[in-house]
Amino acid sequence: MASEIQIEVNEQFHTIAAAPDTPLLYVLSNELLLTGPRFGCGLAQCGSCSVLVDGVETRSCVTRVAAVKNKSITTLEGLPSWYAKQKGLSATPALHPVQQAMIDEQALHCGYCYNGMIIKAAELLSKVPQPTVTQIRSAMDGHLCRCGTYPRVLKAIQRAAQTEVSK
Amino acid sequence: MTHSPSPHAFPRREFLKAGGAIIIGFTFCGVSYGQEGADFVAFAGGSDQPDPRQLDTWLAIHADNTATIFLGFVELGQGSTTALLQIAAEELDLGMNQVTSVRLDTNRSPNQGATAASAAIARGGPRLRAAAAEARQTLLTLASRRLNVPIGRLPASNGIVSVVEDPKQSITYGQLLGDKPFHVTFTGTAPLKPVSAYKIVGARVPRNDIPDKVSGKYVYMQNLRVSGMLHGRVVRPRGQSAYADGARVLKVDESSIKDIAGVQIVRRRDFIGVVAPNEWDAVRAARQLKVTWSPARTLRANTGVHEQMRAAKTIDSVLRESGDVTAALGRATHRVSETYRGPYQSHAPFGPACALAQVTAESALIMCSTQNAFDTRAQLSQVLGMPVGKVRVQYYEGSGTFGRSCYNDAAQAASIMSQETGKPVRVQFMRWDELGWDNYGPPHLAEVRAGVDSHGKIVAYEYRGWQHVWSTTETSQQLAQGTLPAESDDGVARQLNKLNLASMYDIPNVRLVNHRVPGINGYLKGANLRSPLDISFSFASEQTIDELAYLSGFDPLAFRQQNMTDGRWLAVLNAVAQAAKWTPRKAALRLSAARVVAGRGIAMGTHLSSYAAAVAEIEVNKETGRIVAKHIYGALDAGLAVNPAFIESEISGMLVQATSRMLKDEVTFSDSNVTSLDWNSYPVLRFEECPEVTTIVVQRMDQKSSGAGEEALCSAAAAIANAFFDATGVRLREYPMTPSRVLSALKL
Repeated sequence: MASEIQIEVNEQFHTIAAAPDTPLLYVLSNELLLTGPRFGCGLAQCGSCSVLVDGVETRSCVTRVAAVKNKSITTLEGLPSWYAKQKGLSATPALHPVQQAMIDEQALHCGYCYNGMIIKAAELLSKVPQPTVTQIRSAMDGHLCRCGTYPRVLKAIQRAAQTEVSK
Repeated sequence: MTHSPSPHAFPRREFLKAGGAIIIGFTFCGVSYGQEGADFVAFAGGSDQPDPRQLDTWLAIHADNTATIFLGFVELGQGSTTALLQIAAEELDLGMNQVTSVRLDTNRSPNQGATAASAAIARGGPRLRAAAAEARQTLLTLASRRLNVPIGRLPASNGIVSVVEDPKQSITYGQLLGDKPFHVTFTGTAPLKPVSAYKIVGARVPRNDIPDKVSGKYVYMQNLRVSGMLHGRVVRPRGQSAYADGARVLKVDESSIKDIAGVQIVRRRDFIGVVAPNEWDAVRAARQLKVTWSPARTLRANTGVHEQMRAAKTIDSVLRESGDVTAALGRATHRVSETYRGPYQSHAPFGPACALAQVTAESALIMCSTQNAFDTRAQLSQVLGMPVGKVRVQYYEGSGTFGRSCYNDAAQAASIMSQETGKPVRVQFMRWDELGWDNYGPPHLAEVRAGVDSHGKIVAYEYRGWQHVWSTTETSQQLAQGTLPAESDDGVARQLNKLNLASMYDIPNVRLVNHRVPGINGYLKGANLRSPLDISFSFASEQTIDELAYLSGFDPLAFRQQNMTDGRWLAVLNAVAQAAKWTPRKAALRLSAARVVAGRGIAMGTHLSSYAAAVAEIEVNKETGRIVAKHIYGALDAGLAVNPAFIESEISGMLVQATSRMLKDEVTFSDSNVTSLDWNSYPVLRFEECPEVTTIVVQRMDQKSSGAGEEALCSAAAAIANAFFDATGVRLREYPMTPSRVLSALKL
């Protein structure tokens, strides 16, 4: 049965009516009409639906909406603002450095998996600002890309990390 | 130059779909592709689609001095929609910031056939270029009248036409035509800009779809919602059975979902779906609905499919015969004769198929991710029982599909559910639907014999190949209408690829025999999977060539070089060898007893009309059987590279995907159903397994553009196979080269 649940997404509070076992992804897509997180497998195997829950990369396709009450959810759309807050910036940039690096590297093909790629990379850099190649490959291993753009994702993450150094 | 083609000039059936096809073309010659001299530009017109003979079908000039280009091709992540705009902007003398395109829509886009066979630039480019040139000429004629100056003295730049002696005297395209139609017949005869004057074509313009894709603003098909719509899911057995068996419903237990409020079951014969206002309810209901299916046990498991094809009654044809292979083999110094096997592989798009249909009694609008909107529309018209002219298909990009995955199936499912409920219905396949009901890339069996003389010259080559045909009926239609599925056996992509099978080498005695296996009984659904069958062909063929090099005592690169004369093939081969710092030595000379051994391999290949070569450096763990691709190098000559950066990106993706297909991708099935239904049971290459890649684009401004979306795949795959031999001294003759296959090969 649907019940009223309050969730915080991209620094805004929403009251939604949903069965408590509804996966967060369906709430984000259908109630909040967010287009960043997308369905890929519904099994937490691919990373297409990833969001940050209190800064931790989480698979929204298997996360019950009731489990994220009182937690702060950030989607791809809210990533620049999340980053500004994290870094104590006075203004929110148009894009998170990882997003900008993906453009600079012209990394993607279809880009469907890039929601998860970017969310995961942002999480990684928030914890390890200067990751090694091994750390990047290991952190990103749970995110699949069928187009085969891993080498460019790797380069883009390195570029984003480098941007932070040169700032 | 326009002339009437003969009826046999259409290599792919897509062009014949629309009744009363009207064809305007430049050079049509024969049924072959680029390397054999064809330069075909085909599209169909008809009463149910925009008239391709009108320039207004191709582009529009706006008052703000910009242009909208109506593309007949779709974005699949390959960058073609940006590259096509480069071609249009170049010929129109507009800047890239002055041109945009609109999504493909059967009601307003020119029918250019499928965005497949790497055709967007190769086939779509010349036509768009001619249309843009004709538009430019028309605009200059208007300017000449307005300014009273002859065309020859009116240069144009960024959409501003000025008088050469007095540049202050100028007028813009927008002022000349702003938002009014051309009303001009498209003749294809306007003069084209010389290649030497190109500024935009050949430049590394960034892709126009990337910023929205990384910011989250891009609307993928899966993101689309309309008001009042229902969410639908299909209900099918987990994993398809043999193609002709479909799935037969014995009983539907409606009470099994009575606890989920608001769900409706949609049934049409054996087609079953559920719809609900709430998506999670639809997902749960599809999972929970108890349906009893008629058991089907007519498959042989995937381990037996090659023997099944070998024993089948086949339709045979000799695709190429020169000299006398048997006699030449008899005289050869060294001979090889081996059997090779390739698996069913899935398109496995990362996001499962999705479609949204709004069907009323009068008309239907279907939004989906098809590679061929006009073909999709024709099928939907049959499924809906509605004339083609009442059905409208709009393209929304999904995730990379690499051929005909389930996108038509999902479009049909949404249409049926919408027609039954009278409401808009959005259908998204679940992961198991997509992997379990795909139109898979078919398996392949090859028997190859070849021989070499005492000087290392290849003297004989025979390739006999077995593969089954493609299914053309989508599952939703088959289940809903109860019709026996149809199949397609025509077209180059369904038989041995003459251009790929050793055509790069100068061999006096060659025989290619195609064994066509009727696919209806006891096989899975088959269709075009990126570079159809070429990975299997190259896996067999390029290992054969490598083996001849080994037996003759030659370095694999030197052996290939001495057996080739074609300059373009040699150029890609040398380019990739140079990039990989290839040093000459015979293969398998550095065998060691170490647990992890390294090897390198080289191979060549193509799909239709381009030239590719690859080098692979791998490691093999002899204890675990695990192969790690360390570094793959790929060189591609696709003629004039409209945007070299896009081709580099495509090569990079192909090298990685080829690694996945060579090492991991494999559809598994029992005697009743497909069993590879998620990313655990259908594993693909992961981030940590990804090789480093080096890409080389051989730019050929003097050659026409050819395909760049599939052509580098098979050489990379075969290079990995050859590297395995270099590392271990053992040949693997079946892929994917999984740990278990590696271990059993090493034990022999």
